[in-house]
Amino acid sequence: MKLKKTAIVSLLGLAAITTNVQAEQFTVKIENLTNGIYFTPFLVAAHDSNTALFTSGTSANTSLEAMAEGGDISGLVADIAAAVPTTSENPAGGLLAPGASTTTENLNTDNTDNNYLSLVAMMLPTNDGFVGLNSWEIPTEAGTYTFTVNAYDAGTEANDELSASIPAPIDFGTGTGGTGVATSDSNTMIHIHRGSLGDSDSVGGESDLDNRIHRWLNPIARVTVVIQ
Amino acid sequence: MSFNHSIAKSTAIACAIGGSLLLSGCGSSDHESSARTYEISVSNRTANQPLSPIAVVLHQTGYAAWTDGEAASTPLEVLAEGGDNASLLSTASASEFYLASDSGSGPIGPGNYDSVQLEIDTADTINVSVVSMLVNTNDAYTGVNAASIAALATGKSMRFSTPVWDAGTEDDSEAAGTIPGPADGGEGYNAARSDTNNRVRFHSGVISNQDGLSNSILNGSHRFDNPAATITVTRIN
Repeated sequence: MKLKKTAIVSLLGLAAITTNVQAEQFTVKIENLTNGIYFTPFLVAAHDSNTALFTSGTSANTSLEAMAEGGDISGLVADIAAAVPTTSENPAGGLLAPGASTTTENLNTDNTDNNYLSLVAMMLPTNDGFVGLNSWEIPTEAGTYTFTVNAYDAGTEANDELSASIPAPIDFGTGTGGTGVATSDSNTMIHIHRGSLGDSDSVGGESDLDNRIHRWLNPIARVTVVIQ
Repeated sequence: MSFNHSIAKSTAIACAIGGSLLLSGCGSSDHESSARTYEISVSNRTANQPLSPIAVVLHQTGYAAWTDGEAASTPLEVLAEGGDNASLLSTASASEFYLASDSGSGPIGPGNYDSVQLEIDTADTINVSVVSMLVNTNDAYTGVNAASIAALATGKSMRFSTPVWDAGTEDDSEAAGTIPGPADGGEGYNAARSDTNNRVRFHSGVISNQDGLSNSILNGSHRFDNPAATITVTRIN
C-alpha cells in the first residue's frame, strides 16, 4: 500500500508529499444467505496493514478459537486494540438469523491508517466454523462495493457435529444421540470449511445436525460496503 | 424494435463490406450512435444438472428478478420449480425499467453453452439479469441479479462465476415425482409454497441417495458446488 502510493507520488513529481492518510466514511452491510446457519455477534474492523483477525493456513490463536468455538469476540477486540482499529462490535445485537441482514453504524477512518476491512462471526450450529473476511482493501473511491464471503474452519475443534460440543443459545433444530462424525481435525490450521455432513436421523446416526437444514455451500454471506 | 434491429444489422454489414471508403458515413446517425448490442453467453459448469432455457433481461436500475432474503415472486417460482421462463420474461417486459429480453433456444446440458444477443438504445443505467433452473433439483437456479454493465466498452466482456440459489418455494425433498429434470421426470411448478423457509437464499446443495438422504431420487452425480455456471456479457457495439 505504501509502496504503491509512493510510486504514484513519484510519477507525479510530488515526492514531498509523504502522508498516507485517507479520508473514509462507510457502512458495512452483512447478509446471511444460508439456509439454516446463524451467525454469532460480528466483529467488523477496519485496521492497518499490520493487523489481522485471522490468516488462512496459520494456527488460530486462543482469541480466534474463542470466537469460532463459542462466539466470543472480546479476545479479538483486545488483541487488536493497540493498533487502534475502527470497529463495529455486534451490529446485529445478537444472532444474525438465516435470511437476515445487519448494517454497521457509520465507520469513520479519517486520519487513520485503517485501510483494510476484516470481519468474523461464528456459525451456529457448527463446532468451530466461522464466516470470515480478511483484510479487504477499502477503496478510496466513493461507491457501493459488493462481494461474498466464505465459511472457514478454525481448525481448533474436531467437527464431531454433536449437540454436546456446540453452543445452543436457541433451538437450531439439532438432534441427539449421534456417535460423532469426526474425532479430530486433519487440518489444524485455519482453512476453508468443508461443510457439515449432518444426517436424517434426529436421535442417532453419526451427526446431530440435520442434512436438510445445516449444510451449506460457499459463499454463505454477502457484504456490501457503501463508501461516502 | 425488430425493425430498428434489422436496420442496424444491415448497416453494420454494409460498413464491413464497404471498408474505408464508406467508413465516414457509418455510425453517424443518432440511432446508430446510441445503439448497443450485447451478447450474453451462459456455460453450464455442473456435473449433471442441465440448465433450463435461460431468461435474459436487460433493464434499468429498479427491476429485480428476485431479492435475497425475501420470498420469490410467482414468475421466479415458476422458473425455479419447472424451468419455464415465459412468465418471468413477460413480467419483466411489463416493468417500467425494462430494456430488452430474450429466452435461450433450449436447455443447456452440462458442459454446453447457449447465448442470446440483445440490442438496446443507451440508457442512464444498464443492468443484466439472467435466470436458469438446475433442472435436477426441486427449486434451484443460477443466474445474475441486476449487475451493472453500463460501463462496459465496445468489444469488452464481463464474466460472472455464478452460485446456485434456492428459490425457497418448494421443499428440497429430492423425492421421486418432485423433480422435473431427466433424473426424475417429476412435477415442475406447483403453486404450494412447501419450503419451511419461504425466502430466496444460497442453495446448500443436494444431498442425494449416496450421501445420506435415502429416499432421494438423485444420486451423487447430481450434486453440485459453486459456481454452477459462467455467464459472459460482451458488448458487441
